[in-house]
Amino acid sequence: MAYSNKVVDHYENPRNVGSLDKNADDVGTGLVGAPACGDVMKLQLKINEDGIIEDAKFKTFGCGSAIASSSLVTEMVKGKTVDFALGINNAQIAEELKLPPVKIHCSVLAEDAVKAAIADFKKKREAKRQPVAE
Amino acid sequence: MSVQLPIYLDNHATTRIDPRVLEAMMPYLTDVFGNAGSRNHSFGWKAQAGVERAREQVASLIGADAKEIVFTSGATESDNLALFGVARFYKDKGRHIVTALTEHKAILDSCHALEKEGFEVTYLPVDKDGSVSPEAVAAALRDDTILVSLMWANNEVGTVNDIAGIGKICRERGVFFHSDAVQGIGKMPFDVAAMNVDLVSISAHKMYGPKGIGALYVRRGRPRIRLEPLVFGGGQERGLRSGTAAVHQIVGLGAACAVAQQGLAEGESDRIRALRDRLWDGLRANLDELYLNGSWERRLPGNLNVSFAFCEGEAMMMAIKDLAVSSGSACTSASLEPSYVLRAMGVDVELAHTSIRFGVGRFNTEAEIDYAVKLVTEKVGWLREMSPLAEMVKEGIDLKSIEWAAH
Repeated sequence: MAYSNKVVDHYENPRNVGSLDKNADDVGTGLVGAPACGDVMKLQLKINEDGIIEDAKFKTFGCGSAIASSSLVTEMVKGKTVDFALGINNAQIAEELKLPPVKIHCSVLAEDAVKAAIADFKKKREAKRQPVAE
Repeated sequence: MSVQLPIYLDNHATTRIDPRVLEAMMPYLTDVFGNAGSRNHSFGWKAQAGVERAREQVASLIGADAKEIVFTSGATESDNLALFGVARFYKDKGRHIVTALTEHKAILDSCHALEKEGFEVTYLPVDKDGSVSPEAVAAALRDDTILVSLMWANNEVGTVNDIAGIGKICRERGVFFHSDAVQGIGKMPFDVAAMNVDLVSISAHKMYGPKGIGALYVRRGRPRIRLEPLVFGGGQERGLRSGTAAVHQIVGLGAACAVAQQGLAEGESDRIRALRDRLWDGLRANLDELYLNGSWERRLPGNLNVSFAFCEGEAMMMAIKDLAVSSGSACTSASLEPSYVLRAMGVDVELAHTSIRFGVGRFNTEAEIDYAVKLVTEKVGWLREMSPLAEMVKEGIDLKSIEWAAH
């Protein structure tokens, strides 16, 4: 597969690889994809009281463009608001990385991972508030 | 000892032309340019002498007679000629063909096309090693079976079929037997008489010869095989394959066969097998969660096909870009489906995505193998660090217990 320099750069020097404490209240974890399909992305976001994404980490099993898409999306969301992150769509990722058509699903996966991580964070926050309200 | 990068370890895809082969070909690209069909001057005679010498060299490597060798443009054409040629010639005798799910696309696609012409094809399953047993072939034969086509050595996993056992059954039952033998010819001894094979596909570029040339062995003795040709014209190759002989290519194929025959006698296969074993031993010593695909005992000397759990194949090939290898991963195919050969063997689809095929060949060295072991070890470690699956397994999570969303 002939990839753009940007994919190769993100693949060879992936940004923000690692894990955050998945049990922490301020961390949302998104796990998307499936081993049988050849790609699984885990994206974790640390979100503060003001709804700002303070940190983002990923681990990805997948091809070069899946790893590059994950790496890029962590850079895109870091320091941004949750609303901004929710507005990211796969076309932005695909265009930035100049992904070939056969690899567009990698960018879709990255978008899904962001949304899944934020959903997990919101679910945790709701669960935490519930007892207080009672 | 230093190595030159990148290192070529994809010798099932194609091979470098041996300098001895190139040397034999060169005069036929310059001074000896005649048409082998020109019967009335020395230019033609010299070209024809080159072609006939090559025919003998090919025949000698497989224990055949020179008259039984038909030159083609390569193994794909040889496979097509064998299947369509036999099927169309003998269609009144029967319309059933037996092959296997793990055959090369040149066989499978030909079979699909023959089905449209009214033939019935049985695609035999394979065992976990990727082989078809003579018993399975025997059970699939019917009264109207005219041809069995099964490869000698598989191009992905290197598994070697029991061709002699299958040949014996086909002969007893009076069914013609074709074998696509491109991966094994010149690397292991092959004998058409002892193995009872009636048609054999051969490719030059898989055995250190040029691309664009191959041969089909067509038995003339008992039984004599007749074929309906695919290419019509001047009636070259006894009418089986019209077209002006590609003299320099044919000479290259012949030389490649002669060099291979000498190599077999001198134990070249043992040297290549030792390099392959060194690669596998090195990887196993350094890494866990490695899964060998295919049979270890019945395997091409230069083949190693391994699944590196948690490391997707295409990402792996990018990581080890100083090594030229291939992968059964979906991401390397246009269809986004992992290798149909691995799937037919029952390899877990997850592991199929992580498979890498190493093809060790004549020109590889110990230093190159050691470099490969070091590089693969390092990069597998790096990819596993980045893999959420490796992390989950480390935490004691059973990956099969998770409800993954297919996409």
